[in-house]
This record gives sequence, structure tokens and C-alpha cells, in this order.
Amino acid sequence: MGDAVITVRDLRMRYGTNDVLDGVDFEVLRGEVVTLLGPNGAGKTTTIEILEGFRDRSGGEVQVLGVDPVSAPEQWRAGVGIVLQSWRDHGKWRVRDLLAHLGAYYEPYGTPSRPRPRQVDELLATVGLAEAADQRVSRLSGGQRRRLDVAIGIVGRPEVLFLDEPTAGFDPEARREFHDIVHALVDLEDTTIVLTTHDLDEAEKLADRILILADGRIVADGSAAALARAASGKAQVTWSVGGQQYVHAADDATAYVRSLFAQYGDELTDLEVRRTTLEDTYMALVHRTEHGAARTRSAAETEGVR
Amino acid sequence: MNARSHAIRVGLRRGWTEFLISLRNPEDLAFYLMWGGGTVAYLLLNRNVVVEGTGLAFPTVALPGLIAAMTVFGATVGPAFSLVIEREDGTLLRAKAAPHGMSGYVAGQVVLQVLGVVPMLAVLLLPCALVLDGVMYQGAFGWFMLVVLILLGFTASMPIGLIIGSLARKPSHVSTWGMFPVIGLTLFSGIFGPVTNHPGWVQGVVQVFPTYWLGTAMRWAFLPDGAKAIELGGTWHTPMAVVVLLAWSVVGLLLAPRVLRRMARRESGSAVEARRQERMQRLG
Repeated sequence: MGDAVITVRDLRMRYGTNDVLDGVDFEVLRGEVVTLLGPNGAGKTTTIEILEGFRDRSGGEVQVLGVDPVSAPEQWRAGVGIVLQSWRDHGKWRVRDLLAHLGAYYEPYGTPSRPRPRQVDELLATVGLAEAADQRVSRLSGGQRRRLDVAIGIVGRPEVLFLDEPTAGFDPEARREFHDIVHALVDLEDTTIVLTTHDLDEAEKLADRILILADGRIVADGSAAALARAASGKAQVTWSVGGQQYVHAADDATAYVRSLFAQYGDELTDLEVRRTTLEDTYMALVHRTEHGAARTRSAAETEGVR
Repeated sequence: MNARSHAIRVGLRRGWTEFLISLRNPEDLAFYLMWGGGTVAYLLLNRNVVVEGTGLAFPTVALPGLIAAMTVFGATVGPAFSLVIEREDGTLLRAKAAPHGMSGYVAGQVVLQVLGVVPMLAVLLLPCALVLDGVMYQGAFGWFMLVVLILLGFTASMPIGLIIGSLARKPSHVSTWGMFPVIGLTLFSGIFGPVTNHPGWVQGVVQVFPTYWLGTAMRWAFLPDGAKAIELGGTWHTPMAVVVLLAWSVVGLLLAPRVLRRMARRESGSAVEARRQERMQRLG
């Protein structure tokens, strides 16, 4: 860790009169897993495609592996892995042949510490496709196909890997296996990973850091826990006394609960202390951005014991 | 540059793999058999027709021109369809994601399309050689020139195909701007009968394009010298044909890389996704 693999300064993207990205700033360090989270149309895909060098931008500075992706030389591609949501390309190729073919492009770029490409049969085993190696790509199931997409993305042993909605359409088991692959890439090879997702649970499980993108800006940047603290800093305490239910947002939940016991003793029932979840944080932040900051803040301040 | 030539070698192997896949593919085989078989049937049904002024049978005179026409057709329409379809299904995006992957992709296309001529030649030449008295009157030199002219036909036509495939937004554009014009030109390019059967302005138009010139050059490579009686002005036009085909090659090879680069630059995951959605709607 330490050096920045990705640097984005004041990134802007405008289609006609519509600002999709309106001054985005962030950095990603080597070996970090960063998730871009945000509602549809917030600019997640646009951002990741600019980082991949697949899209021109309207303004701002972008560096990936020390190079501007727009004008990057072809050798830059050897360090960048992209997991594409394939549809039906190479349907008549056999799985092993396709991986070997695409891997061959990376042969001139291997180093002793980063041999390229990855050995095909090992890679097939890693992504759980060993038994499908001789099958035609078109015969793969949806889940197998997505694993092949991941395998193709990492066949060149990239330093930085981009994934746009990688687990869309995965069942829970496939999703779990995919998470294991991502963790292995980071732990064993210090791969830097940027992914987009709709799935808050996935973001929380995978990411060292979450960037929430709303309305063309980064509205939050931090670990899931740090984001939750920053969003409200409060825990929600609910309880009942004499059949009446109460809610309170407490700064110091432990002290507050102690005072509740002191006040009500045995009359206190249904006590529950809930930390702000990433979902609460996300909803609050996105809502705040979309509906203007003032209204949400005043609503939060008036919230208390009912 | 070294890395680039490595990618081109990877692409050449890709072309070979795709060629083997196409040989196993029922649709491609049906294409060879239907077009090749249909043409052969047409030729052999007319094997007793003698072409005036040459003393040669109709199939003997028509065969070289048909090989020329199929070369131009395959070199133009084949890569154009490949490009538009493989842009739509994400094949090109895969290539773009790899270092020098686009160079490899284009190299693969060249190999695939050139090799694609071989089965077609076999389907046309083998039955004709068996049934007709003579197919090739120029011996080993003629066979050598066949190969040279097919390659020249490719350098002249394939860049046009790649350009059409880059500019087309969907497969039907390739039909409109590639396939139908090429078929139209073929009908009037002296392949099925002397070009002098057509009005002067039509002769002028077809002489701008490769099909006519490759046809006349191919007849020169196959037929006895006396057959020149049916050419324009009763003489062969081989040097001029080579000049015209080389001119198309130079212009095409200068333009095609630029158009390809411009097309490739616009490819992205969301562009593929957008076309996928569009295609779903198109197909209902």
C-alpha cells in the first residue's frame, strides 16, 4: 500500500447540457478495493469507463498507473484488467482456447514478479471452470459465463482491475465464490480493484473504501463503518414502557440505555439498540443530495423521543 | 513495435482457429455448398454453350470471372459483416481491452477471410475440373497468378469491407451499403457476359471498381490467348488492372486504419450494452 494507482481530479463529463459528472475527486491506493456505489444514472459506469480508457471525458485530470487513460500507449493495457459483461462473443470457441488466446496478448509484458499471462488451467480452477474447459462458450450457463468474464479480466495478471456490476445475475453461492476470488487477488497479488455495484451488502463485504456517487459528485468517501459514523454518528434506541413504544437517536447509546434502566427499571421492555447501517447511510446521503441538504438536516434535528 | 508484431502473430493464430471453427460450423458449410454448388450447377448446365469468338465453352470462360467476383465479394462483405456483428456482441471490446488487441483482431480477420476463399475455390474448381475439358490453359504460371490475383483482390477490396463494417451501425447497413452494391456491380462487370452488352455509362461505372478489373485479369491468367477477343477492344488489360487494383489497395490501406481506430475508440461496455438493447427491440 502507499502509492496512488488511480488519481482523479475535478473529473467532468457532460452530454449536451447534462452534467453526468460534475467535479469528481478521489484517489485509489495500491492494493485497495474501492466500490463505487450510487443510484442509476449517478455516473458510476461513466466514471469506470473513463478510468478504463474506453471513454473520453469533458474535463479534469485522470491518471491510472501513472498514465492518462485517454492517451495511454497499448502497453498500459497490460497492467489493466477489465471484467466485461459479455453477451455472446466468442460463442463457438472452447473455454480453454479462448483464455489461452486472449492471454497470449500479454506474453511480452511478463516480469519475474508478475508472470504474464496466467497459466490457463490454474486460472480455470481458480474461477471454478476446470470442468467446463473443453466446452463451447455458448454452452456455458449464465453463472459460468460470468466466471469466464472474470477469468478473462485477470488472465493478464493486472495491477488494477475494473469491474462494472460484476455480480449482477449471480445466485448467492456464485456471489460468495466471486467474493473469495476478489479477496485472493488482493491478498496474494496486491491487485488494486475498483468495482461498481448496486448491492450495499456486497459493497460492505468487499470494499476497503466506499465512494458514494450521487448527482455527478462523490458525496461520501470512507469505509462502511466510517461512513455510517459520518452520516449521523448516532445509534437508534427503541424500547417500550407500559405498551407504549419509543424511539431515540442517541450519540452515546450505552449511557442512554443506562439512564433508561435507571428511570424505568423493570418496566422497560423490547429494548433494542441498532447501529446505523450502510443502507441507512446510503439512503440518507442519496436522499440529501437529491432533495437538497437543508430539508434533510432539519428533519434529522427534530427527530427524537416521540 | 515488437509488442505489436507479437500481437499480430497472436491474431494470425486467432484467424486460423476461427477458420477451423467455421469449417465445423453448419451455417458456413451450407453457405459454401449453396453458393458454390449453385454456381457449379449453373455452369455445368450450360457446358454445351460455346462463347462466340473464342471457341471455348461458357463455363470455361465464366469460371475465372466468377472466382474474381467471389474474391471481391468475400473480401468486402465478409469482414464488413464480421465487424458489425462482432462489435455488437462485444468481441471487439475484448480485443480492445488487451494490449495491441485491435491489431491482433484485424490480423485474425485477414487470415480468416483469405482462408475462407479456399473452400469456395475447392467447391468451384474441383467439379469443373472433373467435368469440363479444360479449366486452366496457362499451366503452373496460371495457378501462380490465380494466387497472386486473389491476394491483390484482397488488398484492394478488404479495406473497403473493413471501412463499411466500421461505419455501419447494424448488420442491415452492411446489406444496404456493402452486399447489394457489390452484387449489383458484379452483374454488370463482365462476369456473366461481355461488358460490352451494357450501355457505355454502365461500362464506365464498373471500370471504377475492383470487380471488373480482377475479372479481366483472372481470365487472362486462366484462358488461352485467343479468348481476348471478347475483352474490351479485343485485347487483355492486365497492366491496367494491376494499376487499378494497386490504387484501391493504397487508398484502402491508408484510410482503413484511421476509420478502424476511430470506430474502436468509441467502443465501451455501455456502447455494447446500448446496441444489445437496440437489437433486442429490433428482434422483438
